[in-house]
Amino acid sequence: MTETVERTGGPAIGRPIRRKEDARLLTGRTNWTDNIQLPGTLYMSLLRCPMAHAKIINIDTSAALAAEGVVAVYTGKDFPELPGSTCVWPVTDEIVMSHFPAICLDEVKFGGDVVAVVLATEKYLSVDALDLIDVDYEPLPAVVDMEDALKPGSPLVHSDKGTNECYVAKMPCGDYEAATVKADRVVKRRFINQRLIPSPMEPRAVVAAPMGMSDEITIWTSTQIPHVLRVLLALLTGIPENNLRVVAPDVGGGFGAKLQINREEVLAVVLAQKLGRPIKWTETRSEHMVGTHHGRDQIQDIEMAVMNDGTLVGMKVDLLADMGAYLQIITPGTPLLGMFMYSGIYKMEALDFTCTGVYTTKTPTDAYRGAGRPEATYAIERIMDEVAFELGIEPLELRKKNWIKHEEFPYTQIAGLTYDTGNYEAATARALELFGYDELRAEQAERRAAGGPVQLGIGISTFTEMCGLAPSRTLGALKYVAGGWEHCTIRALPTGKIELITGTSPHGQGHETAWSQIASDIIGVPVEDIEVVHGDTGRAPYGMDTYGSRSLAVGGQAIKLAGERLVEKARIIAAHQLEVSPDDVEFAHGTYSVKGDPEKSTTIQAIAFEAFTAHNLPDGVEPTLSGESTVDPMDFSYPHGTHLAAMEVDTETGQVTLRKYVCVDDCGVQINPLIVEGQVHGGLAQGIAQALFEGALYDAEGNLLTGNMGDYLLPSAVDLPSFITDRTVTPSTTHPLGTKGIGEAGAIASTPAIINGVVDAIRHLGVNDVFMPASPQNVWRAIQTAQNGGAA
Amino acid sequence: MIPGAFDYVKPETVEEAVAALAEAGDDAKVLGGGQSLLPVLRLRLNHPTVLVDVSRVDEMRQVTDEGSSLLIGAAVTTYEVMHHEGIRAGVPLLSMAAGEVADPAIRHRGTFGGSCAHADPAGDLPTIARVLDAEFVIAGASGRRTVSAADFFLDFFTTAVGLDEVLVAVRVPKLGAGWGFDYQKFHRTAQAWAIVGVAAAVKVDGGTITEARVALTNMGAGPIRAASVEAALTGGAATADAIAAAAASAADGTSPTTDTHADAEFRKHLARVLTKRAVSTAAGL
Repeated sequence: MTETVERTGGPAIGRPIRRKEDARLLTGRTNWTDNIQLPGTLYMSLLRCPMAHAKIINIDTSAALAAEGVVAVYTGKDFPELPGSTCVWPVTDEIVMSHFPAICLDEVKFGGDVVAVVLATEKYLSVDALDLIDVDYEPLPAVVDMEDALKPGSPLVHSDKGTNECYVAKMPCGDYEAATVKADRVVKRRFINQRLIPSPMEPRAVVAAPMGMSDEITIWTSTQIPHVLRVLLALLTGIPENNLRVVAPDVGGGFGAKLQINREEVLAVVLAQKLGRPIKWTETRSEHMVGTHHGRDQIQDIEMAVMNDGTLVGMKVDLLADMGAYLQIITPGTPLLGMFMYSGIYKMEALDFTCTGVYTTKTPTDAYRGAGRPEATYAIERIMDEVAFELGIEPLELRKKNWIKHEEFPYTQIAGLTYDTGNYEAATARALELFGYDELRAEQAERRAAGGPVQLGIGISTFTEMCGLAPSRTLGALKYVAGGWEHCTIRALPTGKIELITGTSPHGQGHETAWSQIASDIIGVPVEDIEVVHGDTGRAPYGMDTYGSRSLAVGGQAIKLAGERLVEKARIIAAHQLEVSPDDVEFAHGTYSVKGDPEKSTTIQAIAFEAFTAHNLPDGVEPTLSGESTVDPMDFSYPHGTHLAAMEVDTETGQVTLRKYVCVDDCGVQINPLIVEGQVHGGLAQGIAQALFEGALYDAEGNLLTGNMGDYLLPSAVDLPSFITDRTVTPSTTHPLGTKGIGEAGAIASTPAIINGVVDAIRHLGVNDVFMPASPQNVWRAIQTAQNGGAA
Repeated sequence: MIPGAFDYVKPETVEEAVAALAEAGDDAKVLGGGQSLLPVLRLRLNHPTVLVDVSRVDEMRQVTDEGSSLLIGAAVTTYEVMHHEGIRAGVPLLSMAAGEVADPAIRHRGTFGGSCAHADPAGDLPTIARVLDAEFVIAGASGRRTVSAADFFLDFFTTAVGLDEVLVAVRVPKLGAGWGFDYQKFHRTAQAWAIVGVAAAVKVDGGTITEARVALTNMGAGPIRAASVEAALTGGAATADAIAAAAASAADGTSPTTDTHADAEFRKHLARVLTKRAVSTAAGL
């Protein structure tokens, strides 16, 4: 639906310009971390334990040490105190923290935990040597099920802590008890938001190298967070921060998995310093499946207190959230990122939120595209359909009855957030029109009457989310130990070219193009003359990186302000050159001209050169031309949208087919609609994948059963239909450009739309829920259970 | 993952391949398109010391029309099986099933013979070989022998091909006129293995099924003929009711595995449903 056009003049913002970084990304003519080849490199490989929980009795590394090419082998005894990761978000005062070792010393706590490290002169020899290390384990009981883990007498993940309960976080808003008294009834459901394995195309990789001329160690790593990582690596390794330079070269996707400090990064840095040689590690896909952090994994007990006319009164949310074996960067905080969003777009009088974090002997969980908000959106949008069913109200009508009306914005919802703008009516009306809602409802009725094996269901998700992490004071109040600001420096070079230095760190989002578009409009320089510098703490020293749909929402503000400051400094120089007062100089499209005498003018490129030579600057004006800004956002932003899915379910086999998917998103002003479209498509694929395909499964002994892509299913293009997308534009009033975020919307909104559609297709068979992923077996079993009289 | 070290030889003839295997001893593996073997090596599930690559053995890349059958070289790729005019005309069920194998990249490298010799119970092409009563031509140090499909698939990943032998070709009988066929592959994503597959071929004469063949994918240690379904169909009416009744016994005597996609009970259920659908389509209903 979005046309691809090249820039032909006029404003750059709003144009669907093709991404200027794509040529090098698509042809591979770039530096992925694994492409970096340094002389003298040692290849690191890691021996990972094959069981969930065990004591390490003995490790014999002698054969590995004697093997060809092997330079060193290390175990936990060599680095007994070295942490491999850390948690920067202790969410409560009472939280039970954990120590995540770089190499396990005497106990392994999840399948894939690291027990030894090999360094060799060749990659293959390094891996071969792993087979020669002999480890004696004494198995300990695995802790797999969250509810069992909380029972007295359960085996413990961390025996010294005396409990598997990591924390209990509560947020009571309003009086839920009073709501239940007032309500006509309370609808209760348990939803399972299953564990997922983030799967970027590029797995993790790191190269750490001492740079010889100084004490500097440069770390190239496939990360979303070079700036945060630099701070944390300094804190964990004790190497002075000023000696560490972190570079995120082109990064092939992250989805939250690369919002992390990894033990592999810590080890590479420490060993590079210890041996004085470059250390390189690139994981395999199988290693990634156990070694990267996982996402989601919540049991959600949801109650909705309602009046018989459909008016929502209050909601109770009781979560169990699987932390896995250790806390990593924001493991405990991830479920709480959704805490404020359980009421979605709806008005209610009470929201009682409780989340219990639980340790298990599984891979740690952490942020995964949406991070807490997909789980919240799933719960509210699923329970809305269940309430509609219980009350006999059309699910769309129930939503309309309860949502915040467009004239009610700004609206402070029950969890205390103030939604600045929104127009749920407009997005929904457009979605219904594109979907053919009434026709599909009619076909659904016909199919039910005919009783054939393939039934039709319609799934609705009218979602909102919060993005733009985040006002620093808010983060402080939530016990997060960093701020949420973002930085931009724009430098006009002597030749008139522009360097835009951003603290955001793109890994597929197209920042180089979108940031150029913003700056182009502000400083009047063509998009192609702007180079966006990112992801390198040496060249872009300040930043809080990219996650949580924050880059435009926060970083975009810094670009605007930095550009404006550059323009203002240049105006003073231009006025001097034009021999008028700055107040008499107008600026448009890169040209400064004298008011009333437009022939008298100069360009911003000419001013850049004047600022460089400094031969003729006004008194008190410093040489060089740049603008700089570090912005702390005043609020979050709240994209929203209406997603509709037509689902066909073969009731004989349980096979689910997504027949039609319509989404109308409102992300405010679009800098580049083509990039927005790409983010929506990718997000939809990921959210639909949670609903239909993906799911990490463990057996009772804590072994990951879905450790490769034969068992852990990702959809390809042929498994998904052509999405029908559109946007409404309701500008944000808290963002100076009117933009919101779009990076996660598709992944957040689509999962409940799909499952609502599947359940709607087989509701008449007595089914009230289907476990995700809605695999044929899960759907078939839900039907069988319902038909045999059990609640599905 | 990263495989361990191995030697690699690339013979030009079947005899050279057999000689290379004899020289290597028990630790050699035949490499065809590598679509099954390489993952095994990369996951370090097997550590052969020698790989004998037969992908350039000319004899094994030929398709020969023998009149009532086609002799298909073991190194003919799945893509070629899908598109070869002689195969499409003579055994269209095989071409159809080849199009269901994995994805285009894998079909361009993976081979018909390799799929059969690997004998993954979830493989599609072994089931077609079984339902069509194919014969397997195997070469060893003492010459060549022919093994029927019924005797070829012995167990999970185990066939009649000895460690020192090479599967040279598969002889696939043509079905001839009057036959209808279908292959129902049930899987969750387009490139995934079959959870269950059912191949059916029936000959219908005047509303009566005069001959019926049904074989199942991934319902046991290898491709299985659903003998009780075939017996129930043969001589019966080509009607939906009769076929449904016959298909009810499709899972009888099977022992499918339980894995992350389906448990044994669900596989048995699917075998019944898919048999009904495959036979119905084959019978033109």
